[in-house]
Amino acid sequence: MSTLRTHRTPLTDSMIMLRRNLKHTVRNPVTVFQSVLFPIVIMLMFVKVLGGGFAVGEAYIDYVTPGLLVMAVSYGLGSTAAAVNSDMTTGVINRFKVMDVSRGAVLTGHVVITALRCLVACAAIVGVAFAMGFDPGASALDWLGVLGLVLLLAFAAGWLTVALGLAAKTVESAGMAAVPLVMLPFLSSAFVPAHTMGTGVRQFVEYQPFTPIIETLRGLLAGDPSGGDAAAAVAWCVGFTVVGYVWAVATFKKRA
Amino acid sequence: MNGSAIAVSGLRKAYGGKTVLDGIGFDVAAGSVFSLLGPNGAGKTTTVNILTTLARPDAGTVRVAGHDLASGTREVRAAIGVTGQFAAVDDLLTGRENLRLMADLKRVRSGDRVIAGLLDRFELAESADKPAAAYSGGMRRKLDLAMTLVGTPRVIFLDEPTTGLDPRSRRTMWDIVRALVADGTTIFLTTQYLEEADELADRVAVLSGGTIAAEGSPDELKRLVPGGHVRLRFTDPAAYRAAAGALRDVTADDEALTLRIPSDGSQRELHALLDWLDAAGVQADELTVHTPDLDDVFLALTDHDAPTGHDVPTGHDRKESIAR
Repeated sequence: MSTLRTHRTPLTDSMIMLRRNLKHTVRNPVTVFQSVLFPIVIMLMFVKVLGGGFAVGEAYIDYVTPGLLVMAVSYGLGSTAAAVNSDMTTGVINRFKVMDVSRGAVLTGHVVITALRCLVACAAIVGVAFAMGFDPGASALDWLGVLGLVLLLAFAAGWLTVALGLAAKTVESAGMAAVPLVMLPFLSSAFVPAHTMGTGVRQFVEYQPFTPIIETLRGLLAGDPSGGDAAAAVAWCVGFTVVGYVWAVATFKKRA
Repeated sequence: MNGSAIAVSGLRKAYGGKTVLDGIGFDVAAGSVFSLLGPNGAGKTTTVNILTTLARPDAGTVRVAGHDLASGTREVRAAIGVTGQFAAVDDLLTGRENLRLMADLKRVRSGDRVIAGLLDRFELAESADKPAAAYSGGMRRKLDLAMTLVGTPRVIFLDEPTTGLDPRSRRTMWDIVRALVADGTTIFLTTQYLEEADELADRVAVLSGGTIAAEGSPDELKRLVPGGHVRLRFTDPAAYRAAAGALRDVTADDEALTLRIPSDGSQRELHALLDWLDAAGVQADELTVHTPDLDDVFLALTDHDAPTGHDVPTGHDRKESIAR
């Protein structure tokens, strides 16, 4: 450790970047609104306005909370895509690239802040759910499983979104590119069971990635971990992480 | 440090089959200012991108700060500072925080002192704790350059550092560059203001059509092109016509009522010219001596060049003439 400014680890570069991302999040009310408040607004709309009309075989708040967790994750993605793209288009990423800074630290910072925002949003959802009579049967271990899966999903979606943000030409199109990820939870079993839907939609819902993730969360929260296809849920998350990571790193290297 | 801070030879780069750099080479002495001139699209930014490790060359060798670009990329990055065409500052962070970010990433010891020093030097101390989004264009450029200087890089690349700045801010930038050079820093400068190259650069290279069309000190380059002349301006059309008739070997502009007489601007030639004008009874209302400037050099060397399209277009081709 005798030489000055040569021994550095990617972790510390990433920590410096994360501190920057934390400041961004705190100073940008739109980000907080999009990723934390908006899912709660949707939640209130579904539970208090629409939910009374859905027959799901149990208290609606118990049925819908797992899906709302996934939605809370996806709603935070738009701001991540925009923030990454803004770093790209304003030259901030090039500034880091010509420095002796670990490659990818800036991307890791964006992914970690996305995951942290997701956790805050999910904690808010769970808190409001309890206030509205949420009565889960989950054990402590089940809760740990919920936390693990939410984090896994957040990292997967985070890397995918970072790639989208890097590849987009403008901040606006980066925000748009994340819209499918935001819309997917609505076309899943998040709000009503798949078997109540029309044939074509139902097949899509059954095979789209968010459904096994939501069903696994639902099983865990109900205290019945075998209720969903956990293997499929984890496989989707890992797949998204790998695709997102490889795509993001390739785009990062290529665009100058 | 020995001789050259940047040594480039046989540098080639093509994008999608289109040759942008066709084997360029040059040498930049340590502690000097080297300016790369060229029309929009000539490959200036491509050159900067390669020299700063952002893009890989197709062929050629580059050494920056004593390290080979290909085998010593990290060492090169640790030795250089880069300020691009657009202020790459973080809008949501304050000026101070932007500098702190650089100091942290470069593991600068006693960062607080360095940051306070830079804020003072760039006259940003008053706005140090305001978000950069609230800064004016000139302040953002200054902050950008201040961020580049954190960690005192030995070689600094400035890609059109004063484009879009008002004259006062431009002069402030020039003073900063001169102070850096006085401290032994090497500066690689691209600019579209020839006056800027003339003011700052020890050596100038003109990039045209992917090759270096000419290289030398500003004075050497000016000697390459004709263009020195004495300009006589008349207000009275009758006097103008009489003079135009009396003088041979002049270029006349009937609209502006001016005559241009070739001259190298030396005292001896001027004296002879004045005698000649007296003898011919010519009374001009204004006499100005025009020595060839870098505009003349630039226009002469890059005349037949179509832009090849890899520099970011800046929306204007305006060149400021150097009135001497």
